[in-house]
Amino acid sequence: MKRIIPCLDVTGGRVVKGTNFVNLRDAGDPVELAAFYDRAGADELIFLDITASHEGRKTVLDMVRRTAEEVFIPYTVGGGIGTLEDIRAMLTAGADKVSINTAAVKNPQLITEASARFGSQCIVVAIDARSTEPGKWEVYIHGGRTPTGIDAVWWATEMERLGAGEIMLTSMDRDGTLDGYDIPLTSVISRAVQIPVIASGGVGNLDHIVEGLTAGEADAALAASIFHFGTYSIAETKQYLSKHNVPVRI
Amino acid sequence: MIAIIDYGMGNLRSVAKGFEKMGIDARVTDSPRVVDDAPGVVLPGVGAFSDAMSNLRKLGLEEAVHRAVKKGKPFLGICLGLQLLFESSEEWGTSEGLGVFPGRVRKLPPGLKVPHMGWNTIKVQNPCPLFSDLPENAAFYFVHSYYVEPAEPSLAACTTDYGIEFTSVAARDNVFGIQFHPEKSSALGLRILQKFGGLVEKC
Repeated sequence: MKRIIPCLDVTGGRVVKGTNFVNLRDAGDPVELAAFYDRAGADELIFLDITASHEGRKTVLDMVRRTAEEVFIPYTVGGGIGTLEDIRAMLTAGADKVSINTAAVKNPQLITEASARFGSQCIVVAIDARSTEPGKWEVYIHGGRTPTGIDAVWWATEMERLGAGEIMLTSMDRDGTLDGYDIPLTSVISRAVQIPVIASGGVGNLDHIVEGLTAGEADAALAASIFHFGTYSIAETKQYLSKHNVPVRI
Repeated sequence: MIAIIDYGMGNLRSVAKGFEKMGIDARVTDSPRVVDDAPGVVLPGVGAFSDAMSNLRKLGLEEAVHRAVKKGKPFLGICLGLQLLFESSEEWGTSEGLGVFPGRVRKLPPGLKVPHMGWNTIKVQNPCPLFSDLPENAAFYFVHSYYVEPAEPSLAACTTDYGIEFTSVAARDNVFGIQFHPEKSSALGLRILQKFGGLVEKC
Protein backbone atom coordinates (compact mmCIF):
# COMPACT_ATOMS: atom_id res chain seq x y z
CA MET A 1 0.00 0.00 0.00
CA LYS A 2 1.18 3.51 -0.76
CA ARG A 3 1.41 5.90 2.18
CA ILE A 4 0.10 9.44 2.65
CA ILE A 5 2.25 11.45 5.03
CA PRO A 6 1.38 14.94 6.24
CA CYS A 7 4.50 16.89 7.14
CA LEU A 8 4.44 19.22 10.11
CA ASP A 9 7.15 21.88 10.03
CA VAL A 10 7.75 22.90 13.61
CA THR A 11 9.52 25.81 15.21
CA GLY A 12 9.38 26.81 18.87
CA GLY A 13 6.77 24.13 19.49
CA ARG A 14 4.33 25.41 16.82
CA VAL A 15 3.54 24.15 13.32
CA VAL A 16 4.48 26.33 10.38
CA LYS A 17 4.74 25.83 6.65
CA GLY A 18 7.31 27.60 4.59
CA THR A 19 7.06 28.57 0.96
CA ASN A 20 10.44 27.87 -0.61
CA PHE A 21 11.61 27.64 3.02
CA VAL A 22 10.82 31.31 3.83
CA ASN A 23 7.55 33.21 4.56
CA LEU A 24 6.42 31.06 7.46
CA ARG A 25 2.77 30.81 8.47
CA ASP A 26 1.51 29.44 11.77
CA ALA A 27 -0.78 26.42 11.47
CA GLY A 28 -1.28 25.24 15.03
CA ASP A 29 -0.24 22.99 17.87
CA PRO A 30 1.77 20.05 16.52
CA VAL A 31 0.45 17.40 18.89
CA GLU A 32 -3.16 18.41 18.35
CA LEU A 33 -2.65 18.49 14.61
CA ALA A 34 -0.88 15.11 14.68
CA ALA A 35 -3.73 13.48 16.63
CA PHE A 36 -6.17 15.02 14.16
CA TYR A 37 -4.26 13.47 11.24
CA ASP A 38 -4.21 10.06 12.96
CA ARG A 39 -8.01 10.16 13.30
CA ALA A 40 -8.34 11.46 9.75
CA GLY A 41 -6.55 8.43 8.29
CA ALA A 42 -2.97 9.61 7.67
CA ASP A 43 -0.59 6.64 7.39
CA GLU A 44 2.41 8.28 9.02
CA LEU A 45 3.54 11.72 10.14
CA ILE A 46 6.74 13.65 9.86
CA PHE A 47 7.79 16.46 12.18
CA LEU A 48 10.55 18.67 10.85
CA ASP A 49 12.12 20.99 13.36
CA ILE A 50 13.11 23.80 11.04
CA THR A 51 14.85 25.87 13.69
CA ALA A 52 16.76 22.93 15.13
CA SER A 53 18.68 25.16 17.49
CA HIS A 54 20.28 23.82 20.61
CA GLU A 55 17.73 25.49 22.90
CA GLY A 56 14.92 24.25 20.67
CA ARG A 57 15.96 20.64 21.22
CA LYS A 58 14.25 20.30 24.60
CA THR A 59 11.03 21.74 23.20
CA VAL A 60 11.10 19.17 20.39
CA LEU A 61 11.77 16.25 22.73
CA ASP A 62 8.87 17.40 24.85
CA MET A 63 6.65 17.57 21.76
CA VAL A 64 7.75 14.07 20.68
CA ARG A 65 6.91 12.73 24.15
CA ARG A 66 3.48 14.36 24.16
CA THR A 67 2.84 13.00 20.67
CA ALA A 68 3.38 9.44 21.91
CA GLU A 69 0.39 9.89 24.21
CA GLU A 70 -2.02 10.99 21.52
CA VAL A 71 -0.79 9.55 18.22
CA PHE A 72 -0.95 5.87 17.28
CA ILE A 73 0.54 5.86 13.82
CA PRO A 74 4.28 5.89 13.08
CA TYR A 75 6.01 9.25 13.22
CA THR A 76 9.38 10.52 12.12
CA VAL A 77 11.29 13.44 13.58
CA GLY A 78 13.90 15.41 11.66
CA GLY A 79 15.85 18.63 11.87
CA GLY A 80 19.26 19.12 13.39
CA ILE A 81 19.84 15.45 14.22
CA GLY A 82 23.58 14.95 14.08
CA THR A 83 24.72 12.29 16.53
CA LEU A 84 23.84 8.81 17.75
CA GLU A 85 22.85 10.42 21.04
CA ASP A 86 20.36 12.74 19.24
CA ILE A 87 18.84 9.68 17.57
CA ARG A 88 18.65 7.70 20.77
CA ALA A 89 16.93 10.61 22.56
CA MET A 90 14.29 10.94 19.81
CA LEU A 91 13.55 7.21 19.68
CA THR A 92 13.36 6.99 23.47
CA ALA A 93 10.96 9.93 23.55
CA GLY A 94 8.66 7.92 21.28
CA ALA A 95 9.61 8.67 17.66
CA ASP A 96 9.55 5.65 15.34
CA LYS A 97 12.11 7.05 12.93
CA VAL A 98 14.47 9.98 12.59
CA SER A 99 15.32 11.80 9.41
CA ILE A 100 18.88 12.93 8.85
CA ASN A 101 19.94 15.46 6.24
CA THR A 102 22.98 17.72 6.77
CA ALA A 103 24.71 15.33 9.17
CA ALA A 104 24.57 12.52 6.58
CA VAL A 105 26.60 14.67 4.18
CA LYS A 106 29.06 15.84 6.82
CA ASN A 107 29.50 12.40 8.36
CA PRO A 108 28.16 9.56 6.19
CA GLN A 109 29.48 7.05 8.73
CA LEU A 110 26.69 8.21 11.06
CA ILE A 111 24.16 6.45 8.82
CA THR A 112 26.07 3.16 9.04
CA GLU A 113 26.48 3.41 12.80
CA ALA A 114 22.88 4.48 13.37
CA SER A 115 21.38 1.70 11.29
CA ALA A 116 23.63 -0.89 12.93
CA ARG A 117 22.62 0.31 16.38
CA PHE A 118 18.93 1.16 15.97
CA GLY A 119 17.96 -0.76 12.79
CA SER A 120 17.78 0.63 9.27
CA GLN A 121 13.97 0.82 9.48
CA CYS A 122 14.23 3.88 11.74
CA ILE A 123 16.87 5.75 9.73
CA VAL A 124 15.40 8.02 7.06
CA VAL A 125 17.83 10.06 4.97
CA ALA A 126 16.36 13.36 3.79
CA ILE A 127 17.72 14.66 0.50
CA ASP A 128 17.04 18.23 -0.64
CA ALA A 129 17.80 18.35 -4.37
CA ARG A 130 17.91 21.19 -6.88
CA SER A 131 18.08 20.82 -10.65
CA THR A 132 21.37 21.90 -12.26
CA GLU A 133 20.74 20.78 -15.84
CA PRO A 134 18.12 18.46 -17.40
CA GLY A 135 18.47 15.06 -15.75
CA LYS A 136 20.92 16.29 -13.08
CA TRP A 137 20.23 17.34 -9.50
CA GLU A 138 22.51 18.59 -6.75
CA VAL A 139 22.20 17.87 -3.02
CA TYR A 140 21.71 20.93 -0.76
CA ILE A 141 22.14 21.00 3.01
CA HIS A 142 21.49 23.43 5.91
CA GLY A 143 17.77 23.62 5.13
CA GLY A 144 18.42 24.14 1.44
CA ARG A 145 20.92 27.00 1.82
CA THR A 146 24.20 25.27 1.03
CA PRO A 147 25.03 23.48 -2.24
CA THR A 148 27.31 20.46 -1.84
CA GLY A 149 28.31 19.56 -5.39
CA ILE A 150 27.01 16.03 -4.73
CA ASP A 151 24.87 14.35 -7.38
CA ALA A 152 21.48 13.52 -5.83
CA VAL A 153 20.98 10.19 -7.60
CA TRP A 154 24.43 8.92 -6.62
CA TRP A 155 23.85 10.20 -3.08
CA ALA A 156 20.61 8.22 -2.73
CA THR A 157 22.36 4.98 -3.76
CA GLU A 158 25.27 5.75 -1.44
CA MET A 159 22.92 6.33 1.48
CA GLU A 160 21.18 3.02 0.77
CA ARG A 161 24.55 1.28 0.66
CA LEU A 162 25.53 2.78 4.03
CA GLY A 163 22.32 1.61 5.70
CA ALA A 164 19.51 4.14 5.19
CA GLY A 165 16.08 2.53 5.51
CA GLU A 166 14.22 5.12 3.51
CA ILE A 167 14.82 8.23 1.40
CA MET A 168 12.77 11.38 1.88
CA LEU A 169 13.30 13.28 -1.35
CA THR A 170 12.45 16.98 -1.56
CA SER A 171 12.63 18.93 -4.78
CA MET A 172 13.91 22.40 -3.84
CA ASP A 173 12.71 23.69 -7.18
CA ARG A 174 9.14 22.61 -6.48
CA ASP A 175 8.87 23.04 -2.71
CA GLY A 176 6.14 25.55 -1.88
CA THR A 177 5.15 26.10 -5.53
CA LEU A 178 2.04 23.85 -5.63
CA ASP A 179 3.16 22.86 -9.15
CA GLY A 180 3.51 19.16 -8.36
CA TYR A 181 6.41 16.87 -7.49
CA ASP A 182 9.52 16.84 -9.68
CA ILE A 183 8.56 13.60 -11.44
CA PRO A 184 11.81 12.98 -13.36
CA LEU A 185 13.82 13.40 -10.14
CA THR A 186 11.44 11.21 -8.12
CA SER A 187 11.30 8.39 -10.64
CA VAL A 188 15.04 8.29 -11.32
CA ILE A 189 15.78 7.98 -7.60
CA SER A 190 12.95 5.49 -6.97
CA ARG A 191 14.47 3.29 -9.68
CA ALA A 192 18.02 3.74 -8.42
CA VAL A 193 17.34 2.38 -4.91
CA GLN A 194 15.55 -0.62 -3.41
CA ILE A 195 14.50 1.19 -0.24
CA PRO A 196 11.23 3.20 -0.11
CA VAL A 197 11.23 6.75 -1.44
CA ILE A 198 8.98 9.46 -0.01
CA ALA A 199 8.18 12.13 -2.60
CA SER A 200 8.14 15.67 -1.27
CA GLY A 201 7.92 19.26 -2.45
CA GLY A 202 5.32 20.88 -4.65
CA VAL A 203 1.97 19.18 -4.12
CA GLY A 204 -0.90 21.47 -5.10
CA ASN A 205 -3.67 19.05 -6.03
CA LEU A 206 -4.62 15.38 -5.89
CA ASP A 207 -3.43 14.61 -9.42
CA HIS A 208 0.05 15.58 -8.24
CA ILE A 209 -0.13 12.89 -5.57
CA VAL A 210 -1.35 10.28 -8.09
CA GLU A 211 1.53 11.29 -10.39
CA GLY A 212 4.15 11.04 -7.65
CA LEU A 213 3.02 7.53 -6.70
CA THR A 214 2.61 6.25 -10.28
CA ALA A 215 4.87 8.02 -12.81
CA GLY A 216 7.19 9.09 -9.97
CA GLU A 217 7.21 5.50 -8.59
CA ALA A 218 7.42 6.78 -5.01
CA ASP A 219 6.23 4.59 -2.14
CA ALA A 220 4.84 7.46 -0.13
CA ALA A 221 3.61 10.98 -0.76
CA LEU A 222 4.40 13.80 1.63
CA ALA A 223 2.40 17.00 1.65
CA ALA A 224 1.90 19.90 4.02
CA SER A 225 -0.06 22.97 3.01
CA ILE A 226 -2.82 21.22 1.04
CA PHE A 227 -3.66 19.28 4.20
CA HIS A 228 -2.97 21.94 6.83
CA PHE A 229 -5.11 24.54 5.13
CA GLY A 230 -7.87 22.06 4.41
CA THR A 231 -7.66 22.22 0.62
CA TYR A 232 -8.09 18.43 0.65
CA SER A 233 -8.85 16.03 3.48
CA ILE A 234 -6.88 12.80 3.94
CA ALA A 235 -10.10 10.84 3.28
CA GLU A 236 -10.83 12.51 -0.04
CA THR A 237 -7.17 12.16 -1.03
CA LYS A 238 -7.34 8.42 -0.42
CA GLN A 239 -10.68 8.03 -2.19
CA TYR A 240 -9.17 9.81 -5.16
CA LEU A 241 -6.07 7.61 -5.17
CA SER A 242 -8.15 4.49 -4.82
CA LYS A 243 -10.32 5.57 -7.78
CA HIS A 244 -7.09 5.95 -9.77
CA ASN A 245 -6.00 2.41 -8.85
CA VAL A 246 -3.35 3.45 -6.34
CA PRO A 247 -3.57 0.99 -3.42
CA VAL A 248 -4.05 2.87 -0.13
CA ARG A 249 -5.42 2.17 3.33
CA ILE A 250 -8.97 3.50 3.54
CA MET B 1 -2.87 -4.71 35.75
CA ILE B 2 -1.20 -5.96 32.58
CA ALA B 3 2.60 -6.44 32.70
CA ILE B 4 4.46 -5.18 29.64
CA ILE B 5 7.81 -6.96 29.68
CA ASP B 6 10.82 -4.66 29.34
CA TYR B 7 13.91 -6.64 28.38
CA GLY B 8 15.89 -3.93 26.65
CA MET B 9 14.52 -4.54 23.16
CA GLY B 10 13.20 -1.28 21.79
CA ASN B 11 10.95 1.43 23.04
CA LEU B 12 7.88 0.21 24.91
CA ARG B 13 6.39 3.62 25.49
CA SER B 14 3.90 3.42 22.61
CA VAL B 15 2.54 0.05 23.74
CA ALA B 16 2.03 1.37 27.27
CA LYS B 17 0.43 4.58 25.97
CA GLY B 18 -1.85 2.56 23.69
CA PHE B 19 -3.28 0.62 26.64
CA GLU B 20 -3.51 3.82 28.66
CA LYS B 21 -5.47 5.50 25.85
CA MET B 22 -7.95 2.61 25.99
CA GLY B 23 -8.32 3.06 29.76
CA ILE B 24 -6.49 -0.19 30.53
CA ASP B 25 -4.07 -0.42 33.43
CA ALA B 26 -0.71 -1.61 32.08
CA ARG B 27 2.79 -1.26 33.45
CA VAL B 28 6.23 -1.65 31.91
CA THR B 29 8.36 -3.96 34.04
CA ASP B 30 11.53 -6.06 33.97
CA SER B 31 10.67 -7.90 37.17
CA PRO B 32 9.73 -11.62 36.95
CA ARG B 33 7.74 -11.17 40.16
CA VAL B 34 5.58 -8.42 38.68
CA VAL B 35 5.00 -10.63 35.62
CA ASP B 36 3.99 -13.52 37.93
CA ASP B 37 1.48 -11.32 39.74
CA ALA B 38 -0.06 -9.81 36.60
CA PRO B 39 -3.31 -11.30 35.24
CA GLY B 40 -2.19 -10.52 31.65
CA VAL B 41 1.22 -10.26 30.01
CA VAL B 42 2.51 -8.45 26.91
CA LEU B 43 5.85 -9.26 25.27
CA PRO B 44 6.69 -6.49 22.80
CA GLY B 45 10.07 -5.83 21.25
CA VAL B 46 12.06 -5.03 18.13
CA GLY B 47 15.59 -6.07 17.26
CA ALA B 48 17.68 -9.20 17.02
CA PHE B 49 16.17 -12.55 18.04
CA SER B 50 19.26 -13.95 19.78
CA ASP B 51 19.88 -10.73 21.77
CA ALA B 52 16.25 -10.83 22.86
CA MET B 53 16.50 -14.42 24.10
CA SER B 54 19.71 -13.78 25.97
CA ASN B 55 18.22 -10.65 27.60
CA LEU B 56 15.10 -12.57 28.66
CA ARG B 57 17.30 -15.26 30.20
CA LYS B 58 19.61 -12.81 31.96
CA LEU B 59 16.66 -11.07 33.60
CA GLY B 60 15.01 -14.35 34.63
CA LEU B 61 12.07 -13.51 32.39
CA GLU B 62 12.16 -16.64 30.20
CA GLU B 63 10.79 -18.75 33.03
CA ALA B 64 8.30 -16.03 33.95
CA VAL B 65 6.91 -16.16 30.40
CA HIS B 66 6.56 -19.94 30.60
CA ARG B 67 4.80 -19.69 33.97
CA ALA B 68 2.35 -17.11 32.58
CA VAL B 69 1.55 -19.30 29.56
CA LYS B 70 1.21 -22.43 31.70
CA LYS B 71 -1.27 -20.70 34.00
CA GLY B 72 -3.38 -19.81 30.97
CA LYS B 73 -3.08 -16.05 31.46
CA PRO B 74 -3.90 -13.94 28.40
CA PHE B 75 -0.53 -13.42 26.74
CA LEU B 76 0.20 -11.11 23.81
CA GLY B 77 3.44 -11.13 21.81
CA ILE B 78 3.97 -8.19 19.48
CA CYS B 79 6.39 -8.23 16.51
CA LEU B 80 9.62 -9.76 17.86
CA GLY B 81 7.46 -10.88 20.81
CA LEU B 82 5.46 -13.08 18.41
CA GLN B 83 8.61 -14.53 16.83
CA LEU B 84 10.14 -15.38 20.23
CA LEU B 85 7.15 -17.63 20.98
CA PHE B 86 8.37 -20.10 18.35
CA GLU B 87 11.00 -22.83 18.64
CA SER B 88 13.81 -21.36 16.58
CA SER B 89 14.86 -18.59 14.22
CA GLU B 90 17.18 -18.64 11.23
CA GLU B 91 18.39 -15.14 12.18
CA TRP B 92 22.23 -15.37 12.48
CA GLY B 93 22.46 -19.13 11.94
CA THR B 94 19.98 -20.79 14.24
CA SER B 95 18.78 -19.37 17.54
CA GLU B 96 16.56 -21.11 20.01
CA GLY B 97 13.29 -19.41 20.97
CA LEU B 98 10.78 -19.83 23.78
CA GLY B 99 9.13 -22.80 22.08
CA VAL B 100 5.60 -21.97 23.23
CA PHE B 101 4.40 -22.58 19.65
CA PRO B 102 5.84 -25.28 17.34
CA GLY B 103 7.47 -23.86 14.24
CA ARG B 104 10.25 -21.53 13.24
CA VAL B 105 11.08 -17.98 12.24
CA ARG B 106 12.32 -17.42 8.69
CA LYS B 107 13.79 -14.54 6.71
CA LEU B 108 11.54 -12.95 4.10
CA PRO B 109 12.69 -14.38 0.76
CA PRO B 110 14.97 -12.45 -1.63
CA GLY B 111 13.24 -10.38 -4.27
CA LEU B 112 10.92 -8.71 -1.74
CA LYS B 113 11.60 -5.29 -0.26
CA VAL B 114 12.94 -6.05 3.22
CA PRO B 115 12.00 -4.97 5.80
CA HIS B 116 8.31 -5.28 4.98
CA MET B 117 7.45 -1.80 6.20
CA GLY B 118 4.08 -0.11 5.95
CA TRP B 119 0.37 -0.88 6.06
CA ASN B 120 -1.00 -4.21 4.93
CA THR B 121 -4.25 -6.11 5.30
CA ILE B 122 -4.86 -9.36 7.17
CA LYS B 123 -7.08 -12.33 6.35
CA VAL B 124 -8.69 -14.11 9.29
CA GLN B 125 -8.09 -17.86 8.83
CA ASN B 126 -9.18 -19.17 12.20
CA PRO B 127 -11.61 -17.34 14.50
CA CYS B 128 -9.74 -15.33 17.16
CA PRO B 129 -11.33 -13.22 19.90
CA LEU B 130 -8.93 -10.29 19.27
CA PHE B 131 -9.95 -10.12 15.60
CA SER B 132 -13.71 -10.56 15.75
CA ASP B 133 -15.87 -8.10 13.77
CA LEU B 134 -13.05 -6.45 11.85
CA PRO B 135 -14.14 -4.21 8.99
CA GLU B 136 -13.35 -5.45 5.50
CA ASN B 137 -9.80 -4.71 4.29
CA ALA B 138 -8.67 -3.69 7.76
CA ALA B 139 -5.00 -2.64 7.48
CA PHE B 140 -2.27 -2.63 10.12
CA TYR B 141 1.29 -1.30 10.35
CA PHE B 142 4.11 -3.80 9.80
CA VAL B 143 7.90 -3.47 10.21
CA HIS B 144 9.75 -6.80 10.00
CA SER B 145 12.36 -8.76 8.08
CA TYR B 146 11.45 -12.21 9.44
CA TYR B 147 8.15 -14.06 9.63
CA VAL B 148 6.83 -17.06 11.57
CA GLU B 149 6.09 -20.43 10.03
CA PRO B 150 3.92 -22.42 12.46
CA ALA B 151 4.34 -26.19 12.32
CA GLU B 152 0.57 -26.59 12.86
CA PRO B 153 -1.79 -24.81 10.43
CA SER B 154 -4.37 -24.32 13.19
CA LEU B 155 -1.99 -21.81 14.86
CA ALA B 156 -2.30 -19.38 11.94
CA ALA B 157 -5.17 -17.15 13.04
CA CYS B 158 -4.52 -14.53 10.35
CA THR B 159 -2.34 -14.37 7.26
CA THR B 160 -0.99 -11.47 5.21
CA ASP B 161 0.05 -11.32 1.59
CA TYR B 162 3.45 -9.73 0.91
CA GLY B 163 4.60 -11.54 -2.20
CA ILE B 164 4.34 -14.60 0.00
CA GLU B 165 1.42 -15.39 2.28
CA PHE B 166 2.74 -15.45 5.83
CA THR B 167 1.21 -15.89 9.30
CA SER B 168 0.58 -12.41 10.68
CA VAL B 169 -1.26 -13.59 13.80
CA ALA B 170 -0.60 -16.86 15.62
CA ALA B 171 -2.93 -17.91 18.42
CA ARG B 172 -3.81 -20.84 20.63
CA ASP B 173 -5.97 -20.76 23.75
CA ASN B 174 -5.03 -17.54 25.54
CA VAL B 175 -1.68 -17.00 23.81
CA PHE B 176 -1.65 -14.52 20.93
CA GLY B 177 1.20 -13.30 18.79
CA ILE B 178 0.87 -10.42 16.33
CA GLN B 179 3.45 -9.59 13.67
CA PHE B 180 2.26 -6.02 13.11
CA HIS B 181 2.21 -3.17 15.62
CA PRO B 182 -1.27 -2.60 17.10
CA GLU B 183 0.11 0.42 18.98
CA LYS B 184 1.01 1.99 15.59
CA SER B 185 -2.09 0.91 13.69
CA SER B 186 -4.39 3.78 14.63
CA ALA B 187 -7.95 3.14 15.91
CA LEU B 188 -8.18 -0.48 14.67
CA GLY B 189 -4.88 -1.33 16.35
CA LEU B 190 -5.96 0.22 19.63
CA ARG B 191 -9.16 -1.84 19.41
CA ILE B 192 -7.04 -5.01 19.50
CA LEU B 193 -5.29 -3.79 22.66
CA GLN B 194 -8.72 -3.02 24.11
CA LYS B 195 -9.99 -6.53 23.29
CA PHE B 196 -6.91 -8.04 24.88
CA GLY B 197 -7.58 -5.89 27.96
CA GLY B 198 -11.15 -7.22 27.97
CA LEU B 199 -9.88 -10.83 27.94
CA VAL B 200 -7.59 -10.09 30.88
CA GLU B 201 -10.48 -8.62 32.84
CA LYS B 202 -12.64 -11.70 32.24
CA CYS B 203 -9.96 -14.10 33.45
